[in-house]
Amino acid sequence: MTILGTSGLVLNEKLLFEHSKPGRKGYSLPKLDVPAAKLPAELCREEINGFPELSEVDVVRHFTRLSTWNYGVDSGFYPLGSCTMKYNPKVNEAAARLPGLANVHPATPPHLAQGILELMYRLQVALAEVSGFAKVTLQPAAGAQGELTGMLVIRAWHEARGSKRSKVLIPDTAHGTNPATATLAGYDVVPIASQGVLTLEEVEAHMDDDVAALMVTNPNTLGLFETNIEAICKLVHERGGMVYCDGANLNALMGIARPGDMGIDVMHFNLHKTFSTPHGGGGPGAGPVGVTEQLSPYLPAAGVERDGDRYRFEPEKTDSIGRLMTFHGNVGIMVRAFAYARTLGGSGLKHASQMAVLNANYVRARLEGVYDLPYKRRSLHEVIFSDKDLPGGCHTLDVAKRLIDYGYHPPTIYFPLVVKGAIMIEPTETESQDVLDEFCDAMIAIAGEARDNPDLLHQAPVRSRVRRLDETTAARKPKLRWEANP
Amino acid sequence: MRYIPHTAGDVSEMLERIGVKNLEELFVEVPDSVRLKRPLDLPEPLSETELLSELKSLAVKNATPGTHKCFLGGGAYHHFIPTVIDLLVSRGEFYTAYTPYQPEISQGTLQAIFEFQTMICQLTGMEVANASMYDGASACAEAVLMAVRLTRRKRVLLSRALNPRYREVVATYCSYLGLELVEVAVAADGRTDLGDLAAKLDATTAAVVAGYPNYFGVIEDVATLVERAHAAGAKLVTVVSEPVALGVLKSPGELGADIVAGEGQSLGLPLAYGGPYVGFFAVRQKDLRAMPGRLVGETTDLDGQRGFVLTLSTREQHIRREKATSNICSNQGLCALVTTIFMSLLGKQGLREMAEQNLAKAAYARQQLSGAKGFSLVFDGPMFNEFVVRSEAPAAEVLRRLEAEGFLAGIPLGGDYPELADCFLVCVTEQNRREEIDALVTALQGGAA
Repeated sequence: MTILGTSGLVLNEKLLFEHSKPGRKGYSLPKLDVPAAKLPAELCREEINGFPELSEVDVVRHFTRLSTWNYGVDSGFYPLGSCTMKYNPKVNEAAARLPGLANVHPATPPHLAQGILELMYRLQVALAEVSGFAKVTLQPAAGAQGELTGMLVIRAWHEARGSKRSKVLIPDTAHGTNPATATLAGYDVVPIASQGVLTLEEVEAHMDDDVAALMVTNPNTLGLFETNIEAICKLVHERGGMVYCDGANLNALMGIARPGDMGIDVMHFNLHKTFSTPHGGGGPGAGPVGVTEQLSPYLPAAGVERDGDRYRFEPEKTDSIGRLMTFHGNVGIMVRAFAYARTLGGSGLKHASQMAVLNANYVRARLEGVYDLPYKRRSLHEVIFSDKDLPGGCHTLDVAKRLIDYGYHPPTIYFPLVVKGAIMIEPTETESQDVLDEFCDAMIAIAGEARDNPDLLHQAPVRSRVRRLDETTAARKPKLRWEANP
Repeated sequence: MRYIPHTAGDVSEMLERIGVKNLEELFVEVPDSVRLKRPLDLPEPLSETELLSELKSLAVKNATPGTHKCFLGGGAYHHFIPTVIDLLVSRGEFYTAYTPYQPEISQGTLQAIFEFQTMICQLTGMEVANASMYDGASACAEAVLMAVRLTRRKRVLLSRALNPRYREVVATYCSYLGLELVEVAVAADGRTDLGDLAAKLDATTAAVVAGYPNYFGVIEDVATLVERAHAAGAKLVTVVSEPVALGVLKSPGELGADIVAGEGQSLGLPLAYGGPYVGFFAVRQKDLRAMPGRLVGETTDLDGQRGFVLTLSTREQHIRREKATSNICSNQGLCALVTTIFMSLLGKQGLREMAEQNLAKAAYARQQLSGAKGFSLVFDGPMFNEFVVRSEAPAAEVLRRLEAEGFLAGIPLGGDYPELADCFLVCVTEQNRREEIDALVTALQGGAA
């Protein structure tokens, strides 16, 4: 087996501030062509203490060197579960940089921004079609903000009916953002202990007159389809509640089944997951939200609507929950997602989901028996193993760190919380069988090392630029900025 | 499909290994009743050439500072962007990575965030900055929520001169948290009215929130706002949506602000019709544990080398769930990187020089306009690069006429401020040459004559 990880020449690099030298410049501005102006002295600051002074070369080398310490999808396999780290198409990057899309001021009057409004409108329509919802807002900046949007919409719907329900049901497999969002929307969270797939009985046991909504993820974070979803939605509706779906795992379902057709009322999309936009080292993403017809009056202000061959912002809606972002959301991300949907078309999106599910099941087939598989139902886009059977005192963390030495980004670990020592693998559709085989060979080799030479795992990684970091001290004595004389 | 590498042979081999007959069997858990029994109704797939041509045809329908002389601000600013930035952030190692959960192979992102946090602290004069928020308005909303957590009070005073969009977002975030949002009037100089503030500030007030500069481009008296807020035991939240101003203005930290929330777009990000931008968020060391968002801290590895990790995550949703300080997960990492590169290129001298140019150009434009027939300036407080113009003719009409002459001359204010129905907001940056400013003044008067 070829090990991808090597210790090739990686350069050290100081902090920006440690390179700084008084008098260096890394910019040029045109000469001032109007008289200089002054503010009253009491408003003005001295120089910005500590700000660096660097040449352009210093800056370019600095960030180029830093980049080499990173691992991205462009570097290699990145099976981070629930994050859908698929390939980020390069043409989408070029699209978002077209001057007529990248340089439009957000206050440009709509009649002078028809191209971008048309793009937003068509993306709303495409997302509605993929998800089966009546209307979509593009405004939320990320999944968590999409969740907040959705939960505020649900709350507004209840309030409009004079209903003061105070609780939200959330299965314990949910992403942490779900309960955090419910709290932000003013709800009390009631966790549901789930046994893999949510049953009607579990929901029924908690579903009373005070429950405003159930938040589900489908497929859930165990990679399993919520097989009872229709009956659950029906029950929640009968008892006056709404069903929110975290759309983080939509990559399993495009063209296969639509959340809107399952009885779900609201769902957010993660364009940076399902629609291939890059994750950017932690954003920017985009978290559009789809809703049923009855909830559409409550959507955030200013969706784009079509009037003949013209596009405009909807007039103000009295029932709207309001605004989530200063302007129209992460439009540059919408451009990339639109380009992706146009490139794949309906058939391509379905094919992507099929291959994503094929890849996850292939990894599962190759690793079952080597690693503990806590849930045996058919997986969709991701598969969860655990460290239960690992010998040599080795744990999930050790496997993850050893994978780094082999040249892979580790899977999501210790999540979902319901699986002790979870190893959550989401290969996505953009990886070939060859890549998956090499990865599985590495996983199998690591299981062998755990038995024969566990120290290799405990010491790992040894080929990365830094070794395991002292997180305890980082948290106990937080050093969160550079100081000249600390 | 060029993004999906599977050959037909691969697929059958993989299906066989899995032990199913066909792709359909992989979806056995999805009940038939919820299956989509038709193809998705989306346009046919496009080749790369067709795609680019379609997008270009959409792109040319939009006005930009390349097609129009642009004097629009109001929370998004047309500034110089050094070429270097886009080339560096286009490195796949940066933009195709995710949140640095595995620090050993994410040191590039982590060190850059540490540098971002440092420079935001230096710029704002604060002690701790987080790894970024979504944008200025959502950062402002998070600042309000943090002030409420710190004071355990429920009343929040928002200056009417704070960007109206920011006030709307605060209202949305606070919809169901039982908070009372109160507006504070604007004085004749365009600053927050201190008399009205005194009347509304009380012992239940959690925070006073004001822009710096405010929506009208006027520089608030932050020191006095701080003094008044603190006297009532409230926090002062300073909102900076034009951080280039901090190249010359005293930092909010120096003036005593408790929380600084802002918009980083001015620092190297393209206008992009409003996003992606980046919110920044800075606080005092003592309030660290109540702060929202991710934080990067310095530490050492097993060999004693310096390294960086995500830290203090017990405040965050993935650990703390419903008790977290915020629900934020993905932030605007790559945009924060853009501003970090921008700030390192401009540096100490550059940000000051850019700020001074904005100040000078806007002052020049104000001076030229002050003598213009049919127009007058509304506020007389100290200003940075924006100002409010009153027109004798209806503002919408004037702006529409100027569009036809190739100007995006300003943002009409009547929708947000009925009392300023005949007014518009003009922004002048270092990107506007003197000839453009002169042309604007001439064109404005062309219709008034």
